[in-house]
Amino acid sequence: MKILVTVKEVATVDDAFEIDGTAIDERYLSADLNEWDDYAIEEAVQLSEDGVVDEVVTVTIGDEETEQTIRQALAKGADRAIRVWDDALDGVDLLDVGAKVAILEAVVGAEEPDLVLTGVQSGDDSFGATGVALAEAVGTQWAAVVNQLDLENGADVASVHRELEGGLEELTDIDLPAVLSIQTGINEPRYASLRGIRMAQRKELDHQTLADLGVDSEAVAGDLELMSMYEPESESDTTVFDGSADDTAGQLAELLREKGVAQ
Amino acid sequence: MSDILAIAEHRQGELRDVSLELITAGVELAEETGGDLHVAVISGDVDTYAEQLNREGVDTIHTVAYGEEFNHDVYTQSVTQLVDSIGASYVLGPNSVNGLDYLPAVATRFDVPLVTDVVGLETNEETLTATREMYGGKVETTVDVEGTPAVVTIRGAEWPVAEGAGSADVEAFDAEIDEDAIGSSVNGFEEVAGGDVDISEADLLVSVGRGIDEEENLELIEELADALDATMSSSRPIVDAGWLPANRQVGQSGKVVTPDVYIAIGISGAVQHVAGMKGSDTIVAINTDPNAPIMDIADYAIHDDLFDVVPALIEQFS
Repeated sequence: MKILVTVKEVATVDDAFEIDGTAIDERYLSADLNEWDDYAIEEAVQLSEDGVVDEVVTVTIGDEETEQTIRQALAKGADRAIRVWDDALDGVDLLDVGAKVAILEAVVGAEEPDLVLTGVQSGDDSFGATGVALAEAVGTQWAAVVNQLDLENGADVASVHRELEGGLEELTDIDLPAVLSIQTGINEPRYASLRGIRMAQRKELDHQTLADLGVDSEAVAGDLELMSMYEPESESDTTVFDGSADDTAGQLAELLREKGVAQ
Repeated sequence: MSDILAIAEHRQGELRDVSLELITAGVELAEETGGDLHVAVISGDVDTYAEQLNREGVDTIHTVAYGEEFNHDVYTQSVTQLVDSIGASYVLGPNSVNGLDYLPAVATRFDVPLVTDVVGLETNEETLTATREMYGGKVETTVDVEGTPAVVTIRGAEWPVAEGAGSADVEAFDAEIDEDAIGSSVNGFEEVAGGDVDISEADLLVSVGRGIDEEENLELIEELADALDATMSSSRPIVDAGWLPANRQVGQSGKVVTPDVYIAIGISGAVQHVAGMKGSDTIVAINTDPNAPIMDIADYAIHDDLFDVVPALIEQFS
């Protein structure tokens, strides 16, 4: 069995930042592996270690700078990586779900995995939709927001728990092949070992262009256009306690006593 | 004259609030386009749901009596057929776990735009403009959506629930469900947030988040909870890490709490967390980041390191 894991490098924003046009000024951004994808990688690697899966391949849409993040996934135990980038993607400020799916669909077509794992969402644009949209595009089954996955060797069905709202889980069987979007908390993602990091340097990291994949550059133009970005107006009238920790703790203690919740 | 189709959500025999919020969003959009608002309800006791969905501004309610609980294949097929039959320009659904389990597939099937987790919507004759957050709520963006039908999922609790009795026509829609194409089956449900403590009963919650850094630092928060005779709860990352059991989690996927006082310690205030605690009478936030989203809903705030403030607070009560 082969698993394809979609891996995204996301930008995290400093506490204080500035907006430049329709983007956050690069000086206030740092790159990181998308948190949800970290759990998807771990799930795939565990299935590989358990002997259920023969090969774990990652796919990333990203420029050359994302290779450092991709190597993290390889260091954690993925077998090889595909990175898709193209001049046509340069300067696109918002890659919408349809555009991502057009690219990933071609990769799934070439790799023919039995299972695709994505993160539930990405920490930057948070569409939360790529996995399900991809499944429909490639004509397989899917499940969104999976927080438990049971998969037997050679099975044609995956048993999953889907995390619904309010502490309720849905127990569902999904025909394979399928795309599952993986929720945080499904496992405990490992840290890459030194040995893993060394081995990752030797693993295959294949760069492909849209032409290599046979994807028309029109297909990644997208239907959404980012028009503006701004800091949300704060509607709160928060009382801020100032001073040293002793001062602020004293003010808070007084408040709690006033409210009658502490003695 | 663009028509709108809003898809209701229900679970275990109850219509979920977001269904009535979708009607409000749909009515607003229909006023702008001059089109009709259609509402669809699929599976379960559709006739009872249709009565509850019959609110002011709804023109037609379509019922699809097939199955009991949510199944993404049944929903995808039904909604696709409804959109074709109505000729809807905009499809509105909830940005819920189930909404995100079928609406992306509907958009892909039609090869049309999808925009999720929307907090504001407006339209002129040609373009739909959606407002949505990025980077965990640090910024808001406006996005123009080109092409119809466009599929939109709205964030819960952003629009008020629709009030006022309606006079919609209720029509049974005879969806042709291709059972061979159903590749998923729901076998049951499981409650995960049970256990010895019910955080939703507490008057004072001391709630801890990612800012605590290490599992052993939780002792500090336990000590505070003891000193205050309070109950300890947490945000999602603490439960994900296995440091506290699931019954301590406040938020969309955990418990909804409404204590007299909620003290958020090292919690940034992601929307999923806020959904579970914004009904608290008084919210106190202790966080080094004055721009953290939690500050938008905090009544009182301390912009300082929890490792300085919490020991000082314990001192106040010992």
